[in-house]
This record gives sequence, C-alpha cells and structure tokens, in this order.
Amino acid sequence: MSAAPTAVGLSTPRRDSAEKAAGAARFADDFAVPGMLHGAILQSPIPHGRILGCRTEAALRHPGVRAVITALDLPDRRVGSFVKDERTLAREMVRYVGEPVAAVAADTPEAARAAARLIEVDYEELPAACTLDQALAEDGPLVHPEMAGYVRNGASPWQGNVFWTAEIREGDTDAAWADCDVIVEGVYETPAQYHAYMEPCSVLAEPDLAGRVTVRSSAQSIFYLQGRICEELDLPMSRVRCLAPKIGGGFGGKNGVNVQPIAVALALAAGRPVKITLSRTEDMEMLRSRHPARIRMRTGAKKDGTLVAREAELLFDAGAYGDESPAVMSFGLLCSRGPYRCPNVAVTGKAVYTNKLKAGSFRGFGNPQATFASESQLDELAGELGIDPIELRRRNALQPGDTWLGGQQVDACAFTACLEAVSERVAAEAADLPPPRPGWRRGTGFAGLSHISGLMGTSATVYLRGDGTVALSTGVVDIGQGSDTVLPQICAETLKLSVDAVAYAPQDTDSSPYNWKTAASRITYTAGRSVAAATVEVREKIMRHAAEALECAVEDLELLPGGQVGLKDAPARSVSFKQIAARAFNAAGGPLVGQNAYAFDGPRFDPKRAIMNGFAFDNLGIYVFGATAVVADVDELTGKIEVRKVWSAHDIGRAINPLSAEGQVQGAVVQGLGYALLEELVWDEGRLTNPSFMDYKICDSLDTPTAIVPILIEEAPEETGPFGAKGVGEAGIVGVAPALANAIAAATGVRLRRLPMTPERVLAGLEPDLLG
Amino acid sequence: MSETGRMAIELQVNGSRQPALAAPHETLLTVLRERLGLTGTKRGCNQGVCGACTVLIDGEPMRACLSLALACTGRAIETVEGLGDGLRLSPVQQALVDKGATQCGFCTPGMAIALTALLRRDPAPDAEDVREAISGHLCRCSGYVKIIEAGLAASRRNEAP
Repeated sequence: MSAAPTAVGLSTPRRDSAEKAAGAARFADDFAVPGMLHGAILQSPIPHGRILGCRTEAALRHPGVRAVITALDLPDRRVGSFVKDERTLAREMVRYVGEPVAAVAADTPEAARAAARLIEVDYEELPAACTLDQALAEDGPLVHPEMAGYVRNGASPWQGNVFWTAEIREGDTDAAWADCDVIVEGVYETPAQYHAYMEPCSVLAEPDLAGRVTVRSSAQSIFYLQGRICEELDLPMSRVRCLAPKIGGGFGGKNGVNVQPIAVALALAAGRPVKITLSRTEDMEMLRSRHPARIRMRTGAKKDGTLVAREAELLFDAGAYGDESPAVMSFGLLCSRGPYRCPNVAVTGKAVYTNKLKAGSFRGFGNPQATFASESQLDELAGELGIDPIELRRRNALQPGDTWLGGQQVDACAFTACLEAVSERVAAEAADLPPPRPGWRRGTGFAGLSHISGLMGTSATVYLRGDGTVALSTGVVDIGQGSDTVLPQICAETLKLSVDAVAYAPQDTDSSPYNWKTAASRITYTAGRSVAAATVEVREKIMRHAAEALECAVEDLELLPGGQVGLKDAPARSVSFKQIAARAFNAAGGPLVGQNAYAFDGPRFDPKRAIMNGFAFDNLGIYVFGATAVVADVDELTGKIEVRKVWSAHDIGRAINPLSAEGQVQGAVVQGLGYALLEELVWDEGRLTNPSFMDYKICDSLDTPTAIVPILIEEAPEETGPFGAKGVGEAGIVGVAPALANAIAAATGVRLRRLPMTPERVLAGLEPDLLG
Repeated sequence: MSETGRMAIELQVNGSRQPALAAPHETLLTVLRERLGLTGTKRGCNQGVCGACTVLIDGEPMRACLSLALACTGRAIETVEGLGDGLRLSPVQQALVDKGATQCGFCTPGMAIALTALLRRDPAPDAEDVREAISGHLCRCSGYVKIIEAGLAASRRNEAP
C-alpha cells in the first residue's frame, strides 16, 4: 500500500473557486430565461390581525401584471416540520410584520412591486405578543388560539403560547444540591441574530407544457425543498424538479423553505417562468433569525471543582410559527450540560410563539445560546472556587467512553487536547501581542464546546467511466462550505486517484441520489461516509475484474495510485482502470457502478440512563469537541471592546481539506464575534427597526482581528467516519461569545450575561452609577 | 425615449463599447446584470453597504448599485468579468483561489475588484492596507483572514522576480 495520500488531507483549491473568482458562477438571480416574469410579495403591515377581506382587481389591472394570487388560490392547508401551523400565504390571520399575504407576477420587477401595493387587504388588528414576557403572561394574547386543532409531528406538552416543551433528567438534582460546596446561578440572554448570507433569497420557477415546474433557488436541500413545494401546493413530486445553482451562503437560513412555493404558484398561475429575488429588507423581515433565548442556569460543584449538579430552563422565542424550533430547542437542551462529566442534570426547554419573524435553524442550532450560559457559568464557578478556568474544565472534561447527556456513549473524543492546545498557544503567543493602549484593560477568556454532526439519510452513486476516470453523484448542495470539493476528495482517495480524476455532478432531484439537507455539520461525516462506501463498492468490482484479467486471486492484488491495479509481488504486472472499464462495458458484467444509501445509524438515547420527554429527534450522534480562547481589550472610557486574537481548536477527527476546514473555522469565529459584540435584530411594537445592512451591522474587516488561529486536532479519528472525519461546519461559532464574556470579566471584573456586549452594556457594567 | 422610459445609451465596459437601454432612474448594476448579461457583479443589499456590486469606474472602485447608468456613459467601466483575459484568471483572482479565499463566492467579485484597485494604486501593500482596502465589503463566510492573505499573495506576485 502506498502511504502518500492522493486526495484526502490535501488543501486542494475548491473546485468552484475559479468560476466564483471570475464572476462566472451563477446564483439563482443570475438566471434569466425567455418570457420570464418577476414576482413581488405583499407583506403584512401589522404584527397580529384577522384578514377580513382582500381585493386584487386594481393590481390585476396594473399594466404588465400577469397573475395575482392570495391564499384563496392555494390549497387550504397548513404545513410545518413539527407543528403544522403555517401557510404559504396568510389566509385568515397574519401573525408578524412582513408575513407574505399575496403575490404578483408581472413583466418587470417595478410593475410587480407597484401592483402588489395596489392589493387592498382589510385587517382587524389584534393585540400582539411581541416579547417573551408578553407571550408568557397569564392573560397575554394568543398567537395561535386554534393550536388545539393543529397536526403535530411528535408528542410534546403545550399550553398558551408555549407550543413545545422538552426535558432531560439524569441523576437527582434535588438531592444533589446538598452535596455542593459552591452553587452559582444566573440568567443569560441572547439576541435574534440574522443569518446575513450575502445572497438574498432568490428563486426561478419555470413551468413547461408537460405540467412540470423546474425550480432553481437559494436552498440548502433540493429534496427537502421539493417535498415542501409539493406539500404546500398539492403537487406530486414527479411534477417538481429542483436544481441547485450556486448558493450564496446559508448558515441555516436557507435550510427550510422560503419563497419557492410562492414562485411556483405564480408560475403555474401565469403559465410563464417567474423569478422572485427578495430585497435585503424583505429577506430580513420575511424569513428567519436565530432564536432569542433567555436561559436560567444553576451549577453546583465540590471544593475541588468536581461538577455535581446542573439545572437549566431554556426559553426560546420562536416567533410566529413553529418551523424548526422544537428541534433547535431540543438540541439546545442536549448541549446544555456541555462536554463535561456532571452526574445530576435537569434541563427543561420551552419554545414560545410571539408575533415576530419566525426563528429557525442557524449555525449552532440552539447550542450557541446554551453554551453562552454554560461556559459563562463555568468561569463564574471557577472564580468562586479560586480555580484556574482551564483547570476547572480539564478536571471535568468528558473522556472517551463517557456518555453524553441522554446516555449515548462518546467514543472519539479529544476535548482535553483541545483545551490544552488553546491554553498552550495562548501561553506562547499572547505575550507577543502589542500591549493594550493607555486606558484599556486586557483579558483572556476561554470556552469549551461540543457539537453533534451525524443524523438523517443520504446516498451516493459512483461510476467508472470509459477512460478510467470516475463520476460521483450525491444530492448534497454546496452552500459555500466546500462539499463540492471535499466529497470528490473522499471518492478519489478511496480509489487512489487524484481529485481531478473525479467528476462531480450538479444536484438535480430528477437524477441525484437523495440527501436530506446541508445542515447540522453533517455533510462531511454523513454524506462522506456514503461516498466512501459507494466508492468501495466500485473498488471491489475493479479488483474482481483485475483478478480475472490477471488470472490471480483478489488477495494477490493491490490498488496502485493513478488508476492501476497490480500484483503485490510483481507490480509491473498490472491492469489499468481504463482496461477494466473497457472489459466491463463491453464484455463482462456491464458498466461499473457503486451505490450506497443509509440513514444515520448511531445508538439511540438511553432511557435507562436519562428521562427525555418531548424530544424532536431520537437518533443523532458523532460528537465533535473544541475549545476557544480570546484575548480582548476593553476601553474603560467608552466600553468598546477590541478583540486582539482568537484561537479555535477543533477535534475534527480528520481534516479532509485542511485549507477549507480552516476557512470554515475562521468564518464561524467571526460570525460568533458579531453575535457577541454587534448583532441584534430589534423590534418596536412588533416592527423590525433595523432590517438593512445600514442598521444591522455585521463584522467587516476592520471589526475583525487578522489573527484568528484555527487549530485542527486529528488525534481522535471517528471510526465510522470517512478517513476518520467528523463535521466542523458549526462548531467554530459556539464558544466565541462565552470566551469573550470571560475575557471581559477577566479584564474588568464585570460579568456580562446579555448579548450582544455593546459598549453601552459594557459601560453599564463598569460604571453602574454613571448610566443609572 | 422608449415606452418604458428607457433611453439608448452606450457604455464602455471591459474595453468594448456596449449599447444598452436604460431609464434615468436605473442603476449601472441593473444595466450590467439585466441588459448586458454581466451577472458577475452581485446585488447583495442595493444600498451601497455590502460592496458585492463594486466595479471600477475610470479606475476607481465604485458601487454599481449607487451609480446611475446614464451618468456612466463615456467612462471606462471594469467588471469582474474583465479582470482575467477570458482563459486565465488575473493574479488577484488566482490568489483568491489559491489561498482558499472563496467560500460561497457571492462577495468574491467585489473583493477581486477592491484588491485589484488597491494593487494598481500600491503594488506592495502591507496587511493593514489590504484590510483597509476591503473594509467596505462584507463577507459572511471567511472571516476575511484568507481574503487578506490573497491580497498579499497577489501583491508579491506582482513584484518583479
């Protein structure tokens, strides 16, 4: 066997990067087809109200208008992943400002927008529940008074505006508090963060005369999208074909459906192609955010730092519709013990309706909220105990063979190595930073973290082509994370080919093997595993052909780099993939194809160990660990924070493409800095006050330190993963906010429990009297 | 003036003269993308904040979403499509590829334009100059680190061997 890798572990430039750098890559809005119309959407102007009537005549008479649709033109049905509470267009009620109410297709975008404004809707405005407190008040307005009639996917108690509750209990926290020498308690609040993918959501729907519609859109899954369009519009999947153009970032925001069903309905109504591209403001007002959360957490420990008990209540503000909230909140619960041994845990979560933009999946998926509370509280505990924060984490760190909260065994775990890597790098490198300016105080903060990267179904197909090169096909959409490169690398390495010898098909629901979604850091592990298995099937067929051609046993052969199979003892006697392909195509057995399909098959949660109620899923696993360190300076005068350097270590198992993995980590860290310092969607009486990049600030290059150091730890390969790999897409964001809060506390003694940590909030902590 | 209020204009784009129709209120971005098929220039916010629509007008990086098309006649416009020679990428574009600086790729055309303008002005910038030069461009994927590395790599490449 040759030791040198042919593809895996190499920092191959991304396959799509040349066309992206050249401006030739085509995103949904870059497509234009003959006869194409433009769609526009009328949005609700009020946070809560009953629709009394709707008149579309004036819009229909507007020059250039080809179709106008309202909910009455669509099937009378509600949809949703866990609670079927949402409609394509509002029918009898509107529940947030920005909710789609009607849509127009016209010859130009201007005509469509002008006509949408001519649609007259009569509303009876109702009291709105715009905050968690309003929604949880005894006599607060009900966002969904008709909830009792909703179809639910999974059992969970609900009441009032609380539409999903879940809990995990292990051990006995009630009894355990008495055993604790120190107990810390606090309330932690995190904001609604906007995904801010650079490409606003866009869709082009093209109907044909055979009754089919082809859809190109900004979506993290062609198959999930196809299913949702068909469910909402009552179409068979055979009539809807979804294709993946280039996707300009997603981060969870393009995980669910957005306006694709509206575009398809308009296209079918007009009998013409329809494109809808949202403006940035529409995208912000209409689609999704990260869940704002309020978390009450309590942790107790022995004098030596041994964790004894943890209780938490997670309130997740879900906005107007359920969407993915039950899963996000459940996942937050699952992450709320963190990567530590703690025998007594009781955590409960509630997803709460409010009359706001819905909250959905967003990189980290409930984990950043839970980990902000958990890792802040560990530092508070370390302070009370007089133990170094890294030492406290090390003493309690999860080890291989320990169980996750819920009872699943964790096999591959390099958490301690991650903690040590960041603390060693800080010790070695922090002193080299320029000293803080006069009037600024410097602090270093740490956070441990973990994430989970395996779930749901996927598949892959591999073909040997006539010249000995290979064609790979999966249903995975590359939203910028790099799967168009990483999956061919896995295929190539399995056959000892260079990655250039593997063609990779664009994704198309008519021909691609099924994949659930590009989500949950799952692609490299889950789809990569399927690609490896399908490729192994082709490899085995190649070896059998080679054995027949060379008249020897398969065991006597070895795969050689570059598409050759040779005799182990006489490598000069060999046969090429090209010769094998010719033999298979024309003479023996037919073309070589390998296929794999599976649903994530890890161990289920263990009911003997943990009581788990209301969970939105029962089978996920493959645990990823990490640690974050931040050095930051705080201006005593203004409360401004400047981050000097960040180290982000990840127990990645194996980096299939180190350059690409580093980019994922660096980008996630900067999203985390925005979450920690800058970003917050702000509502005033149910109206979003900052739906533009003018008013909602994300980090630019000057807000971002140039020193963001990814540390990829490969000492604990995942046995079931492709070449040992686990997922790293989300983990980088998880520890940033708590590490920074801990750095600020170290610098100033001020403990901030609310994000974002704006200068005003920092200053209020430094000078409580000054700001009253 | 046509029925839609559009006027016939001529733009100088990537070295060639391009006739186009544009209404007085229409931006250069709209004309590039929707009339001339030059979709490499991206519409990320349409408010001049994100920088994805940046093009060079008489050598200066400008927001195409804030530039009226009619005001651009007689000026030399360069878009991302004009940076390479059609077969090969420009040194800046190649550096973005080699350094792993493209992820989703939506901000990349604007970044390529900004770095090109910087390196024409200052062939040997330091990291701080590059950081400053891209500060009007939002990227949500990369954390900017590898884009800055690409800018530096392209500048070294520009030096005589």
